[in-house]
Amino acid sequence: MTGRPRRFRLVHLLLVVPYLAVLWPPLYNRVEPSLAGIPFFYWYQMLWIVIGAAVLVPVYFADERAASK
Amino acid sequence: MNSVATTIFVALIALVTVLGFVAARWRSGDLSQLAEWGLGGRRFGTVLTWFLLGGDLYTAYTFIAVPALMFGKGAIGFFAVPYTIIVYPLVYAVFPRLWSVARAKNYVTAADFVRGRFGSSSLALAIAVTGVVATMPYIALQLVGMEVVIASVGLPTKLAIGTFAISHLPLLLAFVALGAYTYVSGLRAPAMIAVVKDLLIYGTVIAAVIVIPIELGGYGKIFSSVGAKSLLLAPATSANLGPQSAYATQALGSALALFLYPHAITGLLSASSRHVIRRNAVVLPAYSFALGLIALLGYMAVAAGVKASPAFADGFKAFNDNYAVPALFLRMFPSWFVGVAFAAIAIGALVPAAIMSIACANLFTRNIWREYVERECAPAREARVAKLASLIVAFGGLFFAIGLPVQYAIQLQLLGGVWIIQTLPSVLLGLYFRSLHPHALLLGWLGGLATGTAMAWTKAGVATTYVLHLFGVAIPCYAALSSLVLNLFVSVMLSFVFNVALGGVRTDATTAADYVS
Repeated sequence: MTGRPRRFRLVHLLLVVPYLAVLWPPLYNRVEPSLAGIPFFYWYQMLWIVIGAAVLVPVYFADERAASK
Repeated sequence: MNSVATTIFVALIALVTVLGFVAARWRSGDLSQLAEWGLGGRRFGTVLTWFLLGGDLYTAYTFIAVPALMFGKGAIGFFAVPYTIIVYPLVYAVFPRLWSVARAKNYVTAADFVRGRFGSSSLALAIAVTGVVATMPYIALQLVGMEVVIASVGLPTKLAIGTFAISHLPLLLAFVALGAYTYVSGLRAPAMIAVVKDLLIYGTVIAAVIVIPIELGGYGKIFSSVGAKSLLLAPATSANLGPQSAYATQALGSALALFLYPHAITGLLSASSRHVIRRNAVVLPAYSFALGLIALLGYMAVAAGVKASPAFADGFKAFNDNYAVPALFLRMFPSWFVGVAFAAIAIGALVPAAIMSIACANLFTRNIWREYVERECAPAREARVAKLASLIVAFGGLFFAIGLPVQYAIQLQLLGGVWIIQTLPSVLLGLYFRSLHPHALLLGWLGGLATGTAMAWTKAGVATTYVLHLFGVAIPCYAALSSLVLNLFVSVMLSFVFNVALGGVRTDATTAADYVS
């Protein structure tokens, strides 16, 4: 932990990705390709819950590494 | 009507009540300090914070209302999923700053921070009152969620014939217990109970998404039983962006509003470090996944044909579509598991109701009582005021839930979202920009409240989507979001004006270093 203000790093751009993926419904508002009977609309967004959490992981490690320097 | 289910239900509620009282001893601190009682001493690690925030944000009402919306209206109800996806990058990026400054300056509420940052007690009062007013109907809705399952499990409620008091007896008893252990244990009580609640909820959800589709013949069958029209959002036309626009703006606006609610901030500030908040932004989406599955229960209820069944006619008559999930469980699960599932939902109401009343009590004590009534308020006295306030808030919510038509609570809760988002410029932008002027923030808040409320208020009741007409295109937009844009515009523009016209250096109790460690 340091008292220095946290600087912006390129990896922080990952934080924007989930917004792009789910805030434009025309991107996923359809039935096909369906997965085991589940329309695309539903499994796409469920999948993005997982990806949305996953993209935070590299950001977290980058920030923790920078903070411990 | 269902003695096995009822017994298990009552036993589990009794168990968490005991737990609520025992919680006072957990890593016990000096409960006569407000940060000990009202924030659990800021001592919750990653795991407990995960349970606490999960229990706090994914409430019983959510578990009833989201599938009910899917059941009644289809795809639009699924906006809860993108909403809970995009909220976490925001939590990750912004809220560690709030935690750090709160820790450095012993702030207990968002209004405390605004008071310190901008040196304006009137702006802090606006933030505090907005928080309390937005939260009260939310507490009432938790009780509504609870009453649905109490009725479904066969305990007598409104459906029973009897006098007012007797007909709400189970709800009253649960709430007296809630008030008592909240008073005694503070935030430690819902934190402990949240662990039980979440385990029950996960168990129920996992069982539901495996067992029910098997009985109904697979997910393909479930989705094909939902009408083609409800399955997707209606496409946009060149003149009207339609439900897709409503869907996306609801998701974005709700995500921006969620962590401004006092109960969410209370949950965040109780974390033991800023790292705990960051880690939780990564692991809390597990609840979003459960919520997505729970939303699909609405479609399973369609496929199971519960609405046509005469056995459930009374329930639907009393609770409308909110009865869809209880009816589905009653149809599909053995009765012992119905008891477990309903207890999960009921306990899912107790946890947020407790945190909400604590959060409102913190606001009242810090930003109203100590600011305007008793300036020289010793810490022990402050904690005592908060404890009493939590009782008043909890019973205010109870009165709201059983004394007024449920439609009022629902509509006020919808308005609450429009209101709470108006604190965003002061709280979130305030974390970054000290140059914002408190007068400008206050006027922006007022402008946002007025336009947001006007947009949402229709003759037929509260409608959160307001159609904007821009360049000849109709754009349905969540009223909270469009009014927030106005608020931001006023706050920023007038800050320039006031800074130039009034000049002078304002007091800022915080330093840049307070935000980052």
